[in-house]
Amino acid sequence: MERNYRKLWWQHCLAIICFSVIPLLFVNISLYGLFDRIYTEKVKETLRSSAENQRDSIDLFFNERIAQLYTVANTNTFENLTNESYLNKVFEIMHTKSNSYMDIGIIDHEGNHLSYVGPYYDLLKTVNYQHEPWFNAVKANGIFISDIFMGYRKSPHFIIAVLVRDKSNPWILRVTINLKNIDDIVQKAWLGHLSDAFLVNKENKLQTKPRFGGDFLEPPTLPGFTTGTLVDRPLYPDFSSVVATKVERRSVHGYDAFFAATAISNTKWVLVIKESPDELLSPLQKGKYWALLLTALGLAIIATGAALFTNTHVNRIKKTDLENATNSDMLLQANKMIALSKMAAGIAHEVNNPLAAIAEKAGWMKDLLAEEDIAGSKNFTEFNESVDKIEQHVDRARKIIHNLLGFARRMEPAKEKINVNNLLDETVGFLENESKYVNIRINKQYAENVPVITSDLSQIQQVVLNLLNNAIDAIGHDGTITVASRYLDKTDEVEIEVADTGKGIPENEFGKIFDPFFTTKEVGKGTGLGLSISYSIIEKLGGKIRVQSKVGEGTVFTILLPKQ
Amino acid sequence: MDTLRVLIVDDEDDFRETIVKRLNARKILAEGAASGILALKTLEDKDFDVIVLDVKMPDMDGIETLRHIKKLKPEIEVIMLTGHASVEFGLKGMQLGAFDYVMKPAPLNELLDTISQAFNKKRGLIH
Repeated sequence: MERNYRKLWWQHCLAIICFSVIPLLFVNISLYGLFDRIYTEKVKETLRSSAENQRDSIDLFFNERIAQLYTVANTNTFENLTNESYLNKVFEIMHTKSNSYMDIGIIDHEGNHLSYVGPYYDLLKTVNYQHEPWFNAVKANGIFISDIFMGYRKSPHFIIAVLVRDKSNPWILRVTINLKNIDDIVQKAWLGHLSDAFLVNKENKLQTKPRFGGDFLEPPTLPGFTTGTLVDRPLYPDFSSVVATKVERRSVHGYDAFFAATAISNTKWVLVIKESPDELLSPLQKGKYWALLLTALGLAIIATGAALFTNTHVNRIKKTDLENATNSDMLLQANKMIALSKMAAGIAHEVNNPLAAIAEKAGWMKDLLAEEDIAGSKNFTEFNESVDKIEQHVDRARKIIHNLLGFARRMEPAKEKINVNNLLDETVGFLENESKYVNIRINKQYAENVPVITSDLSQIQQVVLNLLNNAIDAIGHDGTITVASRYLDKTDEVEIEVADTGKGIPENEFGKIFDPFFTTKEVGKGTGLGLSISYSIIEKLGGKIRVQSKVGEGTVFTILLPKQ
Repeated sequence: MDTLRVLIVDDEDDFRETIVKRLNARKILAEGAASGILALKTLEDKDFDVIVLDVKMPDMDGIETLRHIKKLKPEIEVIMLTGHASVEFGLKGMQLGAFDYVMKPAPLNELLDTISQAFNKKRGLIH
């Protein structure tokens, strides 16, 4: 049965690819997943510590300011500080060492602004703070840090106020903080080009200006949405109630980001940090591309390997199939030969005895006819001719039987040293006259390196003679027979080739030419045993006989003989 | 010259009888025996110069008969008649002392030639 090698190729190739690719993909995907999880955790951790560091910095800033204010309030007398030139001196000392303050003022327990140093002197000097929310808060708590507010100066600012608890005359030291200082600290939390950080109060109102739009006291809006009216803008998630540090990755309005939020302990503010995943996870992205590239490379290698391996494998199967087919053909032919030779021997035996009797009877009749009076029998000539014919046909039958016996004979072939080229020359010599007569040229192509072989000379000669006879018959007249010899050093065999330019063998007769009794010659001209005898002779000598033929072009018989 | 005496041993009656007649017609004293056993019996009473012995026979085959003949009367020349794919038997017979073998069916002339050769050999031995 003919295999579908193309289908086999694909099946084989795809099987190899599947079984190699599935584990490859499995390993790659799970490794990537693991890497992704670990890396994201790491990023969150970094974000958390960054947020906490900034929070601590802000707290430290406030602690230092409060300590400084306490020191100023408690090391200077009320009288001195209400003297504005003295206060100016103190403010200058405070200001030299840290650029944290915008202005300073002293307020009595009734809210009167007793002294003031700063840029809003005219505006604020006459103000009474008795009804301001911070005024009451500082009187109640002793210290107060305000949210950002507009106040009398109509610009965003915030203040720190400390109460000096003088029994008869409690008073308040109040400073406005330079917003730039807080901004500087908060901006240190920007890790990348797309990151942002800001402070919000308990009402989720901005206490510092975010990097990407939004203004003081507005709720924080997401980057890219800063235009249009405030109500339309998508807001940051509300972290204003956060106490402990919180880190999360969230998608808000389709905007994917990492958020970290942590409460500032000195104020009621919350520090919010936003980071872009694209930026933070860019090594992971790079890793993803590398993984994809390596996977693709792996796939290419697997596919190439599978194709190459499958090619080799399928070719091997093809070769084995061909060998098996040839072997089974040869086995079939050999079995056929054994069965036929047994049958031939049987037939020869059974036919021989009656044939011998017929021959003798005919002979006896001839003997008797010789004694007859010619004139006495009017049919004498007819009798005589008939007896002659009987003898003639018995002889023909005898030859057929002898050929059959030759075919069936199971004798050990002789072993002698043969010069193949001489053998061919001699055999061709037998037929040279016959071939000249029908204008067939015999072309000799003997290789010089053909070694002397050990085999049965007369049997090989019989085969070659048989092939030459067939070649002459196939051509009829006008043509060429090429007799060639070659030495195949790879297999240590000698090759004899008899090629004719005859009519060729039709495809439907190809399988039968070595069968006994198969002949295309006229009845009575060939026994149909020549090639089958040749086949069994060459087989017995350990050689091979092959045939190639094309109708209208000719036939080539090739005999391969082992050197020993 | 002595008359040539030939014994034809073959189980095929038509063949044996006809060949006996034809040899007789050629002034040869020929007799037939239908089996190896009968041939050996005939040999007890009569003498022959040449025996033509078929290889393949029932009861006792040609080779076996040949052994007995050679024991009984080694001077008689024996020609083996091989009927089928049994050139080996012909050769075997020659190893056992047969003069020659003839492939059956053979034209009478071929058989006659071989018989006269065998006879000449025997006479050469006797004289």
